[in-house]
Amino acid sequence: MKLNKGIKTCILFILTLVIWIPLWMLVSGSFMGADELYECIGPVLSQRDGLAAWTVFPEYPTLRPYVELLLDSPEFFVMFWNSCIQVIPVLLGQLCIAVPAAWGFARFEFKGKKLLFGIYIILMVLPFQVTMVSSYLVLYRLELVNTHFALILPNIFSTFPIFIMVKFFKEVPKSFIEAAKLDGAGEFYIFTRIGIPIGSSGILSIVVLGFLEYWNAIEQPLTFLARRKELWPLPLYMSGITADNAGVAFAASVIMMIPALLLFLYGQKYLEQGIAASGLKE
Amino acid sequence: MFGNIKKKSPSFGKSKKKNSLNQKKEAGKAWLFLLPSLCGVTIFVFLPFIDVIRRSFCEAMSSQFVGLDNYKLVMNNTAFRLAVRNTLRFLATCIPILLILSLVLSLLLYKQKKHTGFFKTSFLLPMAIPVASVVLLWRVLFHKNGLLNVLFVHMGKAEIDFMNTDKAFIILIFSYIWKNNGYDMILWLTGLNGIPGVLYEAASVDGAGYWDKFRYITLPRLLPSLYVISILSFVNSFKVFREAYLISGDYPQESIYMLQHLFNNWFVSLDIQKMSAAAVMCVLLFIIIILLFMKLDKDGE
Repeated sequence: MKLNKGIKTCILFILTLVIWIPLWMLVSGSFMGADELYECIGPVLSQRDGLAAWTVFPEYPTLRPYVELLLDSPEFFVMFWNSCIQVIPVLLGQLCIAVPAAWGFARFEFKGKKLLFGIYIILMVLPFQVTMVSSYLVLYRLELVNTHFALILPNIFSTFPIFIMVKFFKEVPKSFIEAAKLDGAGEFYIFTRIGIPIGSSGILSIVVLGFLEYWNAIEQPLTFLARRKELWPLPLYMSGITADNAGVAFAASVIMMIPALLLFLYGQKYLEQGIAASGLKE
Repeated sequence: MFGNIKKKSPSFGKSKKKNSLNQKKEAGKAWLFLLPSLCGVTIFVFLPFIDVIRRSFCEAMSSQFVGLDNYKLVMNNTAFRLAVRNTLRFLATCIPILLILSLVLSLLLYKQKKHTGFFKTSFLLPMAIPVASVVLLWRVLFHKNGLLNVLFVHMGKAEIDFMNTDKAFIILIFSYIWKNNGYDMILWLTGLNGIPGVLYEAASVDGAGYWDKFRYITLPRLLPSLYVISILSFVNSFKVFREAYLISGDYPQESIYMLQHLFNNWFVSLDIQKMSAAAVMCVLLFIIIILLFMKLDKDGE
C-alpha cells in the first residue's frame, strides 16, 4: 500500500492542527478582555453552571490583559527576572564544565573511560525526584537551600550536555588534531582552536536544549525554594492562577512562551541536531 | 589510576614502551579536561548519595543502624504502592503509544518533499512551549464544563469529568505525547536516514513490495534506534509531573498520583529516611533498566 503523495500531505496538515489549534487559542485568548473570557470559560474557572465556549477570534480584542500584566503586576516581573537569574548562569556554567569534559571523553583514551561514561549516562537518566534527597542534603550543608544557587549549582553539573557534546566532538577528524600536534600545538590550543569551532553547532544545541529544559523548571524551585516564594521562577506563576486573575493568565502564558519560541525559531536547526545526537550511537 | 594501561588506541608504529608512555600522558590530559565536571559531580551527586545510602539504613532521630527497616516501611506504605502502580501503568501505556505514533509520523515525513520544514517546525513546536503556558489550556479543554465536553455533548455523548475521575490519566498521556512526539520523530528520522537507499533499490529489483521492504529492511534496521529512543522517552516521561502538578497540585486524582508526587510530599514532611530508602531502590532499578537496554543493544548488533 503506497499512500498517494497528496493524501499524505493532507494527513500531515491535519495532524499539525493538533499543535496549531491550542497555540492559536492561547494567543487569541490573551487578547480577550476579562469579561469576554469570563463569558467563555467562566464555567471552567469558577463553579458556574453551563459549558465553556470559544470563538475563533476574540469578539472584542483588547490589549488590556497585557497592560494589566505589564503595568500592574510587579510580581510577574520579579518571577520573570528570577527565571532569568536561574537559567542563564546554568547555561554559561554548563558550557564551562560540560564542553571540556566532553572533549576529554571524545578525544582521549584512558583507563576507566567506559565505566565513567556509563556512570554519567546513568546520572543523566535519573529523574530529579530520585536525586532530590541527595541534592537537598548537600545544599543544606552548604547553606544554599532557599537561594538561587540551589537551582543553579546542581544543574551546572548535569551530565546530559556532556552526553550530547561527545557525539559532536567525535566528528572532529583525527587528522586535524595530528596535524596540529606536529605543528607543536598544545592540548588546550587544539581544544580551543579546533574542537570548539568544529563543535560549535553542538554547543548551540546544548544551549537550546538546556534553555527549553530550565525555562520550564518546576520541580526544583518547588522543593529547594519552598520557603522563599519571592524567588520562584515564572512557571510557578501559573500555579497561582484562579478565576479572579484568569484575565491575565493567557497574556502571562504568551509572554512566558516568547523567549522560548524565539530561541526555538532561531535555533531549530541546532535543536534538531542536538536531538539527533542524543539518539546516535557511538 | 593512570598506570597499567592495557588497551591501546591505534597509534603510528612506535615502540611499545613509548606507546604506553604516550598513553599515560594522554590519560593525564584527559583527566585534566574532566576534572571540573568530576569535582562537581562528586560534590553534588556522589558524596551526598553515599550519605543517602547510609541514612537509608538508619533511624531518623538517633541515627542508629536499623538494617532494612526503612525499606520495609516504604514497601508496606500504601501511598508508595499506589504511586509505583500508577507510574508503571503510565510508563507501560504512554511509551508504546508514543513510540508507535512518532514512528508513523516519521514514516509520513520521510521522503516527504513539500513543506517538510513547516511540518518539522510544527511537530517540534510543543517542545518549545513552556508547560505552564499550555496547562491553562488543558484545563479549559478537559474540565467537566470544558470545551472537549462541549464537543461530546454536540455529538450526543455524555459529558466526561476528566479532572476528578480516573480519566485524569488520559490528560497526562495526552500531554506527554503532545510534548514528546516531535523529539521522537526526529530520532526516528535520523534512524531512517541512516538506512542506505541501495538496500531498497536492490529489494525493488527483486520484486519486493512496499510492505516487504518495510518488514524486512526498515524495521530491522531501526531496531538499534528503538533502544535509544525508548530510553530517552523513558527519561522524558518523568517530566510529565510538571503538567500533573500544575493541573492538579500536590494531591491529584488517585489515578495520576505518581512517584514524583510521593517524593514531593515526603519531602514536604521531611521524611528523609523513607525518601532515602526509596531513592536507593529507584537508583538500583534505573541501573538495572539501563544495563538491560545496553545488553539488548549489544545483542542486536
